[in-house]
Amino acid sequence: MALREAEPVGSLQEVKEAGLDREDLLGIYRHLLITRGIEERGHILYKQGKIPGSFYTGRGNEAAAVGVATAMGPNDVGTPLHRDMGVHITRGVEPWRIFAQYMGREGGPTRGRDGNVHMAVPELGLHPMVSHLPAMVPVATGMALAFKIRGDRRVSVGWFGEGAAARGDAHESMNMAGVRQLPIVYVCDNNQWAYSTPTYLSYPVEHIADRAAAYGFDGVVVDGTDVLAVYREARRAIEKAREGGGPTLLECLTLRMEGHAVHDDAFYVPKEMFEQWAAQDPIERYRTWLRDHAGMTNDEEDEITSAVKRLLNEALERAEESPLPDPAGLEDGVFASPEDLDTPHHK
Amino acid sequence: MAEMTYIQAISDALRQEMRRDPRVFLLGEDVGVYGGAFKVSLGFQEEFGPWRVIDTPLSETAIVGGATGAALMGLRPVAEMQFADFISCAWDHLVTVAAKQFFRGHTPVPIVVRLPSGGGFSGGPFHSQNPESSFAHIPGLKVVCPATPHDAKGLLAAAIEDPNPVLYFEHKHLYRRIKGEVPEDRYTIPFGYAAVHRPGEDAMVVTWGAMVHTATKAADELAKEGIEVEVLDLRTLIPWDKERVLEGVQRCSKVLVLHEDTRTGGFGAEIAATIAEEAFEHLDAPVKRIAAPDTPVPFSPPLEKAYIPQVEDVLAGLRELVAY
Repeated sequence: MALREAEPVGSLQEVKEAGLDREDLLGIYRHLLITRGIEERGHILYKQGKIPGSFYTGRGNEAAAVGVATAMGPNDVGTPLHRDMGVHITRGVEPWRIFAQYMGREGGPTRGRDGNVHMAVPELGLHPMVSHLPAMVPVATGMALAFKIRGDRRVSVGWFGEGAAARGDAHESMNMAGVRQLPIVYVCDNNQWAYSTPTYLSYPVEHIADRAAAYGFDGVVVDGTDVLAVYREARRAIEKAREGGGPTLLECLTLRMEGHAVHDDAFYVPKEMFEQWAAQDPIERYRTWLRDHAGMTNDEEDEITSAVKRLLNEALERAEESPLPDPAGLEDGVFASPEDLDTPHHK
Repeated sequence: MAEMTYIQAISDALRQEMRRDPRVFLLGEDVGVYGGAFKVSLGFQEEFGPWRVIDTPLSETAIVGGATGAALMGLRPVAEMQFADFISCAWDHLVTVAAKQFFRGHTPVPIVVRLPSGGGFSGGPFHSQNPESSFAHIPGLKVVCPATPHDAKGLLAAAIEDPNPVLYFEHKHLYRRIKGEVPEDRYTIPFGYAAVHRPGEDAMVVTWGAMVHTATKAADELAKEGIEVEVLDLRTLIPWDKERVLEGVQRCSKVLVLHEDTRTGGFGAEIAATIAEEAFEHLDAPVKRIAAPDTPVPFSPPLEKAYIPQVEDVLAGLRELVAY
């Protein structure tokens, strides 16, 4: 069991060997742009007073989220968090439903029962997070346990942040997954700030992934702003788990480029830190790579950019047409009925 | 029909459900080779194998959180807490995740958590509690408290079949003390229907779990004096049989609410408040509550006896009520 610090991805050839063709590469770019675009528009909607509650973004984490989700198989499952919008986008959640979720509309995945990124579309293999981080990590572990019991060739992905890594849920889950060699990949979005708490006050070792050795599996640290490196490492870990090789702890190192939520100006983050990480913005970095290594043309880029803009404009319109939930239905749906079990994701 | 102890009825239900439904599996501490701390799953691992009777590390969070994940993937986990008291370590996973996932995500979480609860054997503050009312307060959880072998079997089968998280409180003091006729074939008992454990018209005791038997002993004693007391066993707290309780108030007009859990904020308060709201005009006396005092469960026998409502306490309460 060893800790490995992953190399960046270089050539197009290397990417092809990792299983991505040019179409996939442009798709990743599109997903990155949609991810950031949704959150930028969400921020504006929030300031316009159209989003109740608070508002969180994953700025700086887009590549980590999209990279891991791109590596997941169609029947794999996961429990993404509030910095992982890119996972929802990559798995195919329609953007209008995300705007509807933000605004508490009936058309959002939780039909106004929960807010912001506390949502998921289970038919796409995702299950909605709760605020108590990392409480979804044991749940993701249980999903992997189900696959192991049934002998399914499916993998579960459980996300957590470096802050939540301090909680017992993370320890109990990884320990049990190590004991039982479950098909799971633990993804730590290490954005270096748990609200205002820096890493050196959260954990006393160099990397969160150092802990993997204590659970009897591999740890990998990857630059979370390098979407292709994240993809390559996630794919290795996922396919290893699928083949019975047990869990991996994959730590994606990024910087949270905004405050914890909109109310927080992140005054406690050193300015130089922001400047340093802004220079390796994951989307700009990937755009440059595509132009240099995959020959993305101006026309292709314009086409993708305007298609994303169109998609988001239409999505926002559709979301605003979605009705607000009827308070008369408030008490419906606290308990499930037997027929609710008869859904595809549940079989 | 076969005569079974309460604990045999629980094992019987579990075994039957596991035989008929391959999705049902057990997980918990020492449930496999050892057969569980109370031997409910003794021999199960031999019959069903190590991947359907899973010995876990000492990790209540991972047990209940893991059960939730497995249920979301279509399995029917039955998790065992070694003692009901230890559910505090998995509170988040019941209350924060399992209870709310259907409301938020429209994904049912069909899990059963078995909770050996209750005192009477000097288990002390951490092996004797009855935390059912804490969970009855949480929307999205069902709470089941069988008092007889017959109900223990039928309610457990119903709990496993239910598409929601169900907390199944099995009273340890009843495990080997209570015997009864239990059908050998599978059956389920629907939630939310109280059972008359002993008929009567002069007063009604509303209770559940081990207190059903305490109340019945007190009622039998009073019958010698010509006073007939109904003992109504709620069987499930969420949902609870409000209609049957209100009907009993109309008929008996005097009500004692009895539970082994502590008094303040106990589920008895909810019952008493509902009666006051909806059947006040049928009462001939104030609703009386008998419950444990608001202390941790004490260890030493005389203290524990003073803590858990005894037959004589119920008898005194009923006499007061009848004389009112």
